[in-house]
Amino acid sequence: MFEKVWDQHVVAAGAEDMPAVLYIDLHLVHEVTSPQAFTLLRERGLKVRRPDRTLATMDHSTPTTPRGLDGLIPVTDVQARAQLDFLIKNCEDFDVPLYALGTENQGIVHVIGPEQGLTQPGMTIVCGDSHTSTHGAFGALAFGIGTSEVGHVLATQTLLQYKPKTMAVRVNGRLSPGVTAKDIILAVIARIGVGGGTGYVFEYMGEAIRALSMEGRMTICNMSIEGGARAGMVAPDETTFEYIKGRPHAPKGEDWDRAVEHWRRLPTDDGATFDNEVILDANTLPPMITYGTNPGMGMQITDRVPDPDKLGDVSAKMALDKALTYMGLQPNESLLGKPVDVVFIGSCTNSRISDLREAAKIMKGRKVAEGLRVMVVPGSQRVKAQAEAEGLDRVFREAGAEWREAGCSMCIAMNGDQLAPGQYAVSTSNRNFEGRQGKGGRTFLASPLTAAATAIHGVVTDPRTVVGERELA
Amino acid sequence: MEPIRSVTGRLAPLPMNDIDTDQIIPARYLKVTDKHGLGAACFSDWRYAADGSPKPDFVLNMPQYQGAQILIGGHNFGCGSSREHAPWALMGAGFGAVVSTYFADIFRSNSLKNGLLPVIVDEETHKQLISLAQEDPNTQVHIDLEAQTLTLPDGRAVTFPIDGFSKHCLLNGVDQLGYLLSLDDKASAYEGANSARINTHAMMQG
Ligand code: SF4
Repeated sequence: MFEKVWDQHVVAAGAEDMPAVLYIDLHLVHEVTSPQAFTLLRERGLKVRRPDRTLATMDHSTPTTPRGLDGLIPVTDVQARAQLDFLIKNCEDFDVPLYALGTENQGIVHVIGPEQGLTQPGMTIVCGDSHTSTHGAFGALAFGIGTSEVGHVLATQTLLQYKPKTMAVRVNGRLSPGVTAKDIILAVIARIGVGGGTGYVFEYMGEAIRALSMEGRMTICNMSIEGGARAGMVAPDETTFEYIKGRPHAPKGEDWDRAVEHWRRLPTDDGATFDNEVILDANTLPPMITYGTNPGMGMQITDRVPDPDKLGDVSAKMALDKALTYMGLQPNESLLGKPVDVVFIGSCTNSRISDLREAAKIMKGRKVAEGLRVMVVPGSQRVKAQAEAEGLDRVFREAGAEWREAGCSMCIAMNGDQLAPGQYAVSTSNRNFEGRQGKGGRTFLASPLTAAATAIHGVVTDPRTVVGERELA
Repeated sequence: MEPIRSVTGRLAPLPMNDIDTDQIIPARYLKVTDKHGLGAACFSDWRYAADGSPKPDFVLNMPQYQGAQILIGGHNFGCGSSREHAPWALMGAGFGAVVSTYFADIFRSNSLKNGLLPVIVDEETHKQLISLAQEDPNTQVHIDLEAQTLTLPDGRAVTFPIDGFSKHCLLNGVDQLGYLLSLDDKASAYEGANSARINTHAMMQG
C-alpha cells in the first residue's frame, strides 16, 4: 500500500543520491512551526502554490481556559498572542483558510483533518508536526516535516524525500475488555524501542487492527513516531469509508463513488513483502503504562519497574538510571497504587469523542479522588460540542474534573497548562520526555480508561479493577 | 545559505542515548516567530537550576568546554518532535556539527537544511571521541564534508555517510527550495495529469 501511494505522488523520481520529489495533497499548518516559513516566502516574493490544499489551525500555544464574557478565549501570554496574530496575518496575506482560536472548527491539527473529512485514503499529507503520522490511519501517507520543508510545500506543493523502508506491525487476536488501541501501541514501542522504527513506514495489520474503530487506528498511527517511524498506515476498509462519508469535506455524489473505487484499490496485495516485521498478540495484552522518560520505557500495568543493574548494555543502564532518578522511582517497584497529582485526558492521541466516552464510562456517577487535579481537554471544538450534546461534560464536571476548551494543553505545556516540578501525572498523551508536561513534571503514559480509573482512586489503577468487564466491553 | 566545507573544533561530550528535541529546546521556548536567539535556551532544563543559575556539572556550563563546536551525543540523537528549533538552538549555542552513532530522521533532515552537520560514526570511534573529549577538552577534530571524513588527533580518519543531494547543497550553499522551484513545470504537469484524483479531495474554499 505504501508503494502505491508513494508511486502515485512522484513528480520527479529519485535515485540513490537524489531524493524523489513528491506531490503533497494536503498541508496542515499551525502557529508554532510555520512563522519562519511564511517569512521565507515573503522574503523571496513567493506565493502559496495551492492555498486550496492548505489549512491552518491554532492549537499548540493556545490556552484552554474558559471563555470570557465576550465569548472569546483570552490569550494573556504576550509571546503566544504575537505568534497567533502572525498566523492570522500570514493566512490573510497568503489566502490560506484558517480555523482561528475558539471558532467552531478549531482544534488540534491531527483531530480536525479527519473530523472535517479532509484526511482521505491514498493522499499524501504533511504538517510541521511529528504526529502527522495520525492521518495514516486512513491509508494516507502522512508524516511530520520541519519548518524549512513547510516553506517548500507552501511554495511548491512538493517535498524532497528519500524512499523509506517498510515494516509490518501485525497485531493478531482480539483485545480483552479494558484494553485499548493505546495499549497496543505502547506495547509495540516498548518492544522495539524509541529508535526501532527509524527509516521505516509502519503498516499496521492483523485481526486486532481490523477490529478497531477509526479513532482507535488514529491513536495507534499517532504514536508511530514514538517508535522512530515517520509514518504508520492502516489499509482502508469499510470502517474507513463509513467514517469519512458525509463529513464536511468528504467527496459527494459521483465523486464519492469514484473516490471509493480508487480507495478500494489501495490495500496491500496478498503476499506483499516488507523489509521487517513485528508481531504482537492482542489476546494476552493487558493495559500498558510507561515508567520512564521516553515512550519506549513502558510495561504491563501489573509489572514492576525494571532494574538497571540487570541490564547488560552500559548506555542502556545509564539511560534507565537517569530516567528512574528523574521519575523518583525505585527498581522493582510496582506502579499500581502509586499516588499521582494530575490526570490529563487529551492530546491528539486520545482526545476524540470515543476517548471521552471511554473515560466517561468509568467516571460516571463516581467522584474524582480528593486533592487530585483532573483535566479533560477535547481535541477540537467539534468534539467539545458533540461531547456536550451527549452530556459527557456533565459526567466529568459532576465527578469533579475540569472540562476545558480544545487544544494541545498539557501534552506540550507551552500554553499555561502544565505540571509543577516533581508532580506525577497519568496522561493520555504521547510523550513522557523530561519536562514535556512542565519542567520537572513526571508523566506516566496510559489509555483513557487507565487515566479515568486513576482519577477515581488518586493512585495508578488498573481499569479492569474499577468496573466490571461487562461495563468495559 | 553560506557554503560549508568543514568544521574544525573542540568536542563537548553529552553521550546519553535518545536525547529528544524537548531536551534540546523545551516547548516553552517555541513561542517565537524567528530562528534567532534560541542558543541560550538550548538544553535549558539540563543546563539551569530552578532559580535560573547555571548547573556547574552540566557539560555546556563547564569552563573547559566553552567554545566547543562539535557536540557528541548518544545513540538516536534528536528523537521526538519535528521542531526545526532544535538545530537552530544547537547552532545558536555555537555548534557546527553533532556526532552520534545514529540520528532520528526528522532531526537529521532538519539539520542538513540548516548547515548543522549530523556526523554518524561507528561505536568504537564514538567511544574514543568521548574519552578524548573527557580526558583532554582541548582535543580538536576536523570534519571534512567534501571527503566525508572525521579526522581524529592521531591522524586516523573515519568516513561518515551523507546523501549526495544534501552534500551538494551544503558544499555549494544551494538551498533546496530553489531546486524545487525550478521543477515548477513538472509540478504543473503532475497537477494536470492527476487533476481528477487531486480534485476528488474536496476543495477547502470558503
Ligand atoms: S496534542 Fe501534543 S503531540 Fe499532538 S499536536 Fe498537540 S502538542 Fe503535538
